[in-house]
Amino acid sequence: MQELIRLGRRDLTLIGPISDMAFDQLIGAGCVRQVIAAWVGNVAGGSGYAFRRAVEDGIPHPITVEDHSNFTVGLALKAAAMGVPFLPTYTVQGSDIARNHPRIRPISDPFGGPALLAVGALHPDVAIVHAQRADRHGNAHLWGNLGLTVEAVYAARTTIVTCEEIVADEVIRSDPNRTIIPGFLVGAVVEEPGGALPSSVQGYWRRDFQPFLDYHQQSKTVEGYAAWRRDWVDGLHDRSEYLARLGASTLDALRVQDSRLAAPANFAP
Amino acid sequence: MTARQLMVVAAAREIRDGEVVFVGMRLPLLGFALAKATHAPNAIGLFENGVIRDRPPDGFIYTMGDPPNIVNAVACLGLLDVMSLLQQGRVDAGFIGGAEIDPRGDLNTTRTSASGKLVRLPGSGGAADIAVLAGRTILIMEHEPRRFRPTLDYVTSPGHFAGRRRGGPATLITTLGVFDVTPDGLRVRTRHPGISVDAIRAATGFPIAVPTNVSETVPPTEAELGHIRRADPNGFWTGEN
Repeated sequence: MQELIRLGRRDLTLIGPISDMAFDQLIGAGCVRQVIAAWVGNVAGGSGYAFRRAVEDGIPHPITVEDHSNFTVGLALKAAAMGVPFLPTYTVQGSDIARNHPRIRPISDPFGGPALLAVGALHPDVAIVHAQRADRHGNAHLWGNLGLTVEAVYAARTTIVTCEEIVADEVIRSDPNRTIIPGFLVGAVVEEPGGALPSSVQGYWRRDFQPFLDYHQQSKTVEGYAAWRRDWVDGLHDRSEYLARLGASTLDALRVQDSRLAAPANFAP
Repeated sequence: MTARQLMVVAAAREIRDGEVVFVGMRLPLLGFALAKATHAPNAIGLFENGVIRDRPPDGFIYTMGDPPNIVNAVACLGLLDVMSLLQQGRVDAGFIGGAEIDPRGDLNTTRTSASGKLVRLPGSGGAADIAVLAGRTILIMEHEPRRFRPTLDYVTSPGHFAGRRRGGPATLITTLGVFDVTPDGLRVRTRHPGISVDAIRAATGFPIAVPTNVSETVPPTEAELGHIRRADPNGFWTGEN
């Protein structure tokens, strides 16, 4: 996320169900033209102030928002993942989300049932996923919180996998049910421990609460946002400098030290 | 006791034993933990990120994706899996919060206006899905006049409307009381201790039905408070401390 800001990317369309503060930070940096999402803000704090400034006052420039529910954004990605133009649903009937929506249209049931809504397919150019481990081909093991990860990867033209560890091929092949992302869908795999911070990674990192609270306070004003960006984006060259800035004691507190291993599964033929 | 602890207890009482419940975060999550520990040990909790739990998480969580919510879960599926269960009709109840409400129990969390200026809110998340597809919904809100509006700029999560396929809002829990939500409007069920019916009327921006004798919301017992504190040790959500 910080690297997208440093690279000065512009006119991005961001897609996701519940965004947390990463969307807000990209919007504040002027990287974004459109948001397709169900919820944009800061999960711990509420409002995303950069998002609000962009929508309400066009700061730093206006953005458009395609409002969804979690289910409809999931169905839009799933339709793309399945290679069909839309998927039918009963959700959001009676909600203003369904009114004049560019990707949601009323349809009748060809089998004679009640009326439905069609949610049109959504094809991202790129999905970015942080995995626990992957092999050099991009085959990736993920566990814990999945959300729309599978749908996003299958819907996207290509996927960038960042991971805590690049492991030997045999590690991935030892447990194929845990391979959520097959490598042939992956354009690039990057070993970047701590790459998801301040968010958590099951078994590797606890959630770093403080940056969410600090950003929520700082981003209330344009000046506060600029200070955040100077300290945490522009003043750092890459992820390793971000981790160094957090400091060893913070990293030690965030790093999961104990183990809670799943029971092994026997794959013997 | 804080108003929010009272809201948690009221939320817990809305969960019946054996039900499948879309839990959500903040106060409903604490309500689920309390219900599981008391009258509803067989309730199942669904989280929209795909997590299914039959016991509350051990330890405090900010978001449903936090690691303690994964540990000891029954299953970690995807968002569409739990939404599919919701659409099938296999979810008995769901909790949703709103920034604004109207007499039909419609909720707005998308956009509103203040002094003629647009105010952008975060959006639906899973709220619109739960509002439309759950067997019934329980609404949770701050009770302030500006939030209780005769009509809304935007209906994110629909309440009662003609042609609804199933469900709809059953109960509204606020900082002032507990209310029935009916197609004909809101009706006071209980008022929180120390809150008068007049105070509730004054904080509601449209007429509400008031039965002749409105009793007080039964406050949490010490044991119930203990369960709430275990789920929120520093009072982050309940405002205690």
